Amino acid sequence: MAFKSIKTLLVSGAVILSGAAGIAYAAGGGTGDYKMKYQDWNFKGAFGSYDPAAMQRGYQVYREVCASCHQLKHVAFRHLGDKGAPFYNKKYPNPNDNPLIKNFAADWMIEDIDSETGDVIERPGIPADKFPPIYPNDAAARGSNGGALPPDLSVIVAARNNGADYLYNLMIAYDAKKPDDVELTPGLYYNPVMDGGKIAMAAPLSDGLVEYAPTMVEDHGEMKEVPAPEATVEQMAADVTEFLAWSADPKMEQRKRTGFMTMIYLLILSILVWFSYKKVWKDVEH
Amino acid sequence: MAGHPSTYEPQYAATKWLDQRLPIIRMGADFMTYPSPRNLNYWWTFGGILTLCLAVQIISGIILAMHYVPHVDLAFESVQRIRRDVPFGWLIQPMHAVGASMFFLAVYIHMFRGLYYGSYKAPREMVWLFGCVIYLLMMATGFLGYTLPWGQMSFWGATVITGFFGAVPVVGESLQQWLLGGYAVDNPTLNRFFALHYLLPFVIAAIVGLHVWAMHHAGQNNPIGITPKTKKDTVPFHPFYTVKDAFAVMVFLMIFAFFLFYLPDSLGHADNYIEADPMKTPPHIVPEWYFLPFYAILRAVPDKLAGILLMIAAIVVLFILPWLDTSKVRSMRFRPVARWFFLIFVVMCFILGWCGAGTPDDVAIKLGTKVVEGETVPSGLTFYRLSQIGTIYYFAYFLLILPILGMVETPRKRPDSITQSVLGDDAIVAAE
Repeated sequence: MAFKSIKTLLVSGAVILSGAAGIAYAAGGGTGDYKMKYQDWNFKGAFGSYDPAAMQRGYQVYREVCASCHQLKHVAFRHLGDKGAPFYNKKYPNPNDNPLIKNFAADWMIEDIDSETGDVIERPGIPADKFPPIYPNDAAARGSNGGALPPDLSVIVAARNNGADYLYNLMIAYDAKKPDDVELTPGLYYNPVMDGGKIAMAAPLSDGLVEYAPTMVEDHGEMKEVPAPEATVEQMAADVTEFLAWSADPKMEQRKRTGFMTMIYLLILSILVWFSYKKVWKDVEH
Repeated sequence: MAGHPSTYEPQYAATKWLDQRLPIIRMGADFMTYPSPRNLNYWWTFGGILTLCLAVQIISGIILAMHYVPHVDLAFESVQRIRRDVPFGWLIQPMHAVGASMFFLAVYIHMFRGLYYGSYKAPREMVWLFGCVIYLLMMATGFLGYTLPWGQMSFWGATVITGFFGAVPVVGESLQQWLLGGYAVDNPTLNRFFALHYLLPFVIAAIVGLHVWAMHHAGQNNPIGITPKTKKDTVPFHPFYTVKDAFAVMVFLMIFAFFLFYLPDSLGHADNYIEADPMKTPPHIVPEWYFLPFYAILRAVPDKLAGILLMIAAIVVLFILPWLDTSKVRSMRFRPVARWFFLIFVVMCFILGWCGAGTPDDVAIKLGTKVVEGETVPSGLTFYRLSQIGTIYYFAYFLLILPILGMVETPRKRPDSITQSVLGDDAIVAAE
């Protein structure tokens, strides 16, 4: 009798390990009676990709709403026009040439030094710039926000367990009924998605806050117009989540594509090596 | 098999010249023709897999080091830059991070293999000892490397682990300051951790050389633990085990690629995407999964120093294992009682890992409910108690079970040779 249990055990151990990773991944917040609303994000799964129209609308929400307090310090304007990014356009393989990107950048003032005089100046942004700070420093940010520091949003979706659903629910859960045991001091709001149910950010979204325009999205090499949906809280929350999911993992589509090819390559190679193994060991009992 | 006769014959004037001065080609050729037991199963492929892991970590790590900035203000940003702007950085950075987990996954299977088949017993004690040194260095390297991205878990993990040294009586505080280069984890700490993280893998590579040398000198163990007696018991390493290892490597790479491309963050903590903030302690400071069993042992006793000593002892006990196990039978295939204790040991290691991830006071195994201040809460075995059970078993396995079993257990009848076990399997099964 061969002792198979050890093999079974280690295999099940590996399953438990990956399962545990999955649980850790799925665990989100949720206090009080609030039920997390899990979305079927199209960027999940082995072949999932970002929805450019949603990302573009999400950028609009970020620019018009979130950006009054939250920075995107790891993202450069040119990143917005990269392959797999919200405003990718085949006509501009170099996103620095993309007029949309140039406009987005020019929309911001960037602190710089005048190379002639050495004076501190402000100039319009260029695609190579990163999103500039909202506040001159952390103390100023706290001062303007009742002592709370608005976190940078570049990687916020990666920085929370099940970050996309966390962020989406955080923005739509402000209406939830506050349990009696959560006590709020002035400047704090109830949000069941936060640990402890307290948040220093007032409800950022309200229906119709943003005026959505139709978006232009590349479809089989042509730019096509996607009609604008109604700007409900849920719609804006989902769109900005899509945008921030991209900003946290901008190379996801490239990675998954490479992964698919790699898996096929490894599978074929494994089969070939398996037959080599069978041939080499053909006459040797073992 | 010590002194396996060299069959290498230099063909050319240049190789003849070299062979008389530095027989390095001969060494490689002898490596390839090395007689290996013919019955090695897939558990024996993890040596090759681990060599690959080390190579992947060193190569990806050197590339990362070209772009990474070991400074408290720039480290986090530089990792983001690698992932966003450095060509193929989006591939290399998660490869290094996932690779660390894969390395530990493989080393744990390799170690369990050694424990089950008695690969630590005479004459392979040196192989085992060097293996333990490699594992210890891997733990150090893994910990140091985890500090470098300078996320919240990096910073607080480093704070907790270096805090252990502060628990050493008398000299603890000065020792801790000496290690950190200051009173707290800060830029000097990050700089030295980076330097050491770059150094240790090469030390590991050197010890791997000794590990393999010792293994070739003593000869490979095999699933029945019977030393090869005749030529029929062995096959040359190449092509027989190169091809078998290659197949196992392919399967392993598929698992690696699955995590790398589809779940790159699943083996780490979301908190490490938050830049280190010395003023803000995360609610749960938890090490990477591969340290969780030791973390559970650390927390199994209420006293800090005692916990640290226990954790150190959990590693030290591996070093003295060859002299603790009294049984002369290597393979647990022929140890009907010991194999069950081994199985429980493996389960306990998983349970300890589970405890390490849990909050000590939470109920791990619910046995009922109790009323606390008017509220009904689950009651039962807490992670704290469960980790104590796991810790007791962990040490009992090495210090009591293996020493005693070796004296009282009656091993099953073993085949006379590898060839007999391979060819006469039916006869052996019938005899049982």
